[in-house]
Amino acid sequence: MSILRADNITMKFGGLVAVSNFQMALQEGEIVGLIGPNGAGKTTAFNMITGVYTPTEGQIYFTEEIKDSQGNPSSHEINITQYRPDQITKLGVARTFQNIRLFKELSVLDNVIIANHLRIKSDVISSILRLPNYTREEKAMIEKSIHLLEEVGLEGVMHEKSSSLPYGKQRRLEIARALATNPKVLLLDEPAAGMNPKESLELMDFVGEIRDRFKLTIFMIEHHMQVVMGICERIFVLDHGVTIAQGTPSEIQNNEKVIEAYLGVD
Amino acid sequence: MKNTKRILNIISIIALIGLLFIFEQTFDSYKMRIVNLCGIYVILGLSLNLINGFTGLFSLGHAGFMAVGAYTAGLLTLSPAMKQMNFFMKPIVPFLAEVEWSFLPALIMAGLVTALIGFLIGAPALKLRDDYLAIATLGFGEIIRVVFTNTQSLTNGALGLKGLPTHTNIWWTWGIAFITILFMVFLIKGSYGKAFKAIREDEIAAEAMGISLFKHKVMAFTMGAFLAGVGGALLGNLLGTIDPNMFRFTLTFNILLIVVLGGIGSITGTVISAVVVTVAMEYLRVLDEAINLGFIRIEGIPGMRMVVFSLLLMIVILFYQNGLMGSNEFTWDWFLEKKFLKKSGKKEVKQ
Repeated sequence: MSILRADNITMKFGGLVAVSNFQMALQEGEIVGLIGPNGAGKTTAFNMITGVYTPTEGQIYFTEEIKDSQGNPSSHEINITQYRPDQITKLGVARTFQNIRLFKELSVLDNVIIANHLRIKSDVISSILRLPNYTREEKAMIEKSIHLLEEVGLEGVMHEKSSSLPYGKQRRLEIARALATNPKVLLLDEPAAGMNPKESLELMDFVGEIRDRFKLTIFMIEHHMQVVMGICERIFVLDHGVTIAQGTPSEIQNNEKVIEAYLGVD
Repeated sequence: MKNTKRILNIISIIALIGLLFIFEQTFDSYKMRIVNLCGIYVILGLSLNLINGFTGLFSLGHAGFMAVGAYTAGLLTLSPAMKQMNFFMKPIVPFLAEVEWSFLPALIMAGLVTALIGFLIGAPALKLRDDYLAIATLGFGEIIRVVFTNTQSLTNGALGLKGLPTHTNIWWTWGIAFITILFMVFLIKGSYGKAFKAIREDEIAAEAMGISLFKHKVMAFTMGAFLAGVGGALLGNLLGTIDPNMFRFTLTFNILLIVVLGGIGSITGTVISAVVVTVAMEYLRVLDEAINLGFIRIEGIPGMRMVVFSLLLMIVILFYQNGLMGSNEFTWDWFLEKKFLKKSGKKEVKQ
């Protein structure tokens, strides 16, 4: 069964159809790409999946794994179309943003700690009184955050203000922050934007690495064809809101419609 | 290092208690009132800073919350005989006529009632953002004032309440101010406080990180309302007289001024500026009176102190755009580093 599935989702803004009948299913452990010219509706598709927009038509499903009283895992699909962004993140779908959205005034470490807050069990009173159940949780949160920062190579700048980091590191921090929410599916919105070719290649390795280490399914929007073709197992191509092609990188590279959308025809 | 800090904490608490004790022994009632007002404004400033500074919700309904707190505590502490004297236009509602509580439960009740009102206002209004939220909360603050002016049998309307028992003294005001400071420090240091800050920094990102905007905004707003209610209650029982016109928008403005001047999002800044503003407002009264410089005599111009005060404010804001403290806090690390430079080489100013 697919872990995340969009069934014919459509988004209309007034008379403008930003995305029409987008159909997608992610299998566990895949890296899937979403490409298309500017204004094709890629980010809108992301926003629908993460609950920022509610699709005008269509449904989105997420497969949740639950353990019954005997500890046997079973999975069932839930409809998340009407869910709020925070509820979707809680289920296990985390994202990054095209234009980096860090908590700028806060430290690098705090940025990651905040992403742990959604799993907190203690209430606000025990956090103010610093009761043992809270301090235990807080300690675990800090340890986990430091560990994550080590994984992405940012442990050296832990106490810096997040806005003071160079661009590439801010991108990494955003990914670390998304990972701190314990996601099963990670949505990356143009992670290589603004990176030079060398950085992009590093990022490609990095994405593959975190997929394996955190057992993630990754869905990414990307413009760098080298990155997309190098890492994605499957690719969707959007143009003017319509899915014009899908398939393996080599299929996409030879698809006439895709070439037409990107280069135009005479 | 941890032990040093603990000792320093204990020393400063003892010093503060000692200072209050000296004030109580040596100050006349006028100066004592200023000390009391400082404590109350610390509480009010912190409560507004929690909403505006830490959670980033631009709320201007503080005077309304204070009115609710002041009236709740006032009605609960007023003796039955005094109530009869106050309510000569229309008798008081029966369930309040015979009530006379002691101060602590009345204060807590004032906080709880205000928190409830805050929750009821916040739940719908917090769907709005920025300026829209400001206007909505401003409106609610005014509504509360107008309602209080017209509920004759509950609040005695425009006549207000007179002869409230003046329970408030510096131990109450500064005791509660101290508890409020601790409350804020631990709240902001903890996970929930960090979530509030995340909402202030970027709502969309905070929501994408799984923070429920509604839950956390309402939580901050309700806690701020609770503290504002307690502050209002202390003020009412300090002055002994309250009426709806005390709780006009200018009162909210005064508190907002303290928050902005101290630094939006700084506990230390609010405490410092609450004291500075309250004391300055009193000591600048000299300017309203005639000044005799020996060779020239300047006639007193009423309102002159506000002109000078506003000028001083403008100068401060020009030089410290983020307020006196920005979003920084006083820490012993910072203090020790400044005073005894050799201690450690690392620079660390905690947020």
